[in-house]
Amino acid sequence: MSRTNLLDRRRVVAALLANREGALVVGGLGASTNDMAASGDHDRNFYLWGAMGGAVMIGLGLALAQPKLPVVVITGDGEMLMGMGSLATVGLQKPANLSIIVLDNERYGETGGQTSHTAMAVDLVGVAKACGIADTRAISTMAEVEAFAKQFQDLAAGPRFANVKIDAANLERIMPTRDGMFILNRLRGSLGLGPI
Amino acid sequence: MQASDATMAATDQATSWPEEIFAVLQRFDVRQVPYVPDAGHSLLIQRVLGSSTMRGISLTTEEEGVALLLGAWSGGQRGVLLMQSSGVGNCINMLSLTQIFRFPFLTLVTMRGEWGEFNPWQVPMGSTTQAVFELAGVRVLRASQPEEVKAVIEAGAGQAYNACTPTAVLLSQRLIGAKDFSK
Repeated sequence: MSRTNLLDRRRVVAALLANREGALVVGGLGASTNDMAASGDHDRNFYLWGAMGGAVMIGLGLALAQPKLPVVVITGDGEMLMGMGSLATVGLQKPANLSIIVLDNERYGETGGQTSHTAMAVDLVGVAKACGIADTRAISTMAEVEAFAKQFQDLAAGPRFANVKIDAANLERIMPTRDGMFILNRLRGSLGLGPI
Repeated sequence: MQASDATMAATDQATSWPEEIFAVLQRFDVRQVPYVPDAGHSLLIQRVLGSSTMRGISLTTEEEGVALLLGAWSGGQRGVLLMQSSGVGNCINMLSLTQIFRFPFLTLVTMRGEWGEFNPWQVPMGSTTQAVFELAGVRVLRASQPEEVKAVIEAGAGQAYNACTPTAVLLSQRLIGAKDFSK
């Protein structure tokens, strides 16, 4: 299959976060967190360094707790495949302020580039749609990424799901903080929530 | 009191502990209640789904609930995960979130495989539930009698929400009553 014109993951994430305003952004385990860090650290970035398969559920808990803010989950195809059931849970809860975007390079980039299910068989957009998420799309251009970035500010029309086919190049690791308590308390602090 | 009244009172006490759990959760301002259904939790789940302050969130697998509670707390809400003992094994890697983020994690677990169990498939996980939690760094409390449920749930909720100590409360099979479809 031809793999030309795939999007650059760093450009995609930079475009998603350029005008994020108050958005809370959860990054799934793997290169997605590095992409977020490459776009600039932020009080409202929630980086995961483990708990594979948990990114969408953390986003759902946040979205239900903070319905007046956009919540965006940026994760990879491997992480999304491990938490595929969470799309069914999102489809049931239908949080209007939650947006999920999968950076799909069709492989496990952190572990040697082994191909994932999305390379051969699985269509995550179809999965999300079948789980009851009405706004689903496959993205292949930067213009579509930019449109999605505007739409996730709309708190009335989610949940939404986008799958972006990206180039599989391994990029320089730009690592965010991996201190969970720092990440958690910094995000809570930005919402005016204090420590216990 | 007539004998029949005494029997009625005993029955009331035996069936009211889920109401007591609901009242404690309300008092602690619990808002998100992820669950995988279990017969032992059915009354509590009904109360949660009928509540105007709590949101019952049906899961496809229990580990989703651990991650959900972290997200809820990040956004300022408390939650509690309802599951049965067989689901605890499904949570193991996700429980690492309780160690990394030290958030107020509370789960109420209805037990199978430990008291008059007829289904051998429930025994491997039911008999290791407490050890699994302890190995994962979660403190374990247990209620086995109807009259102690309220105090144990209060203690568990207190240490989870006020001391951010990840806590599981096991509701014994003896309390819930053993199922026996084999009869």
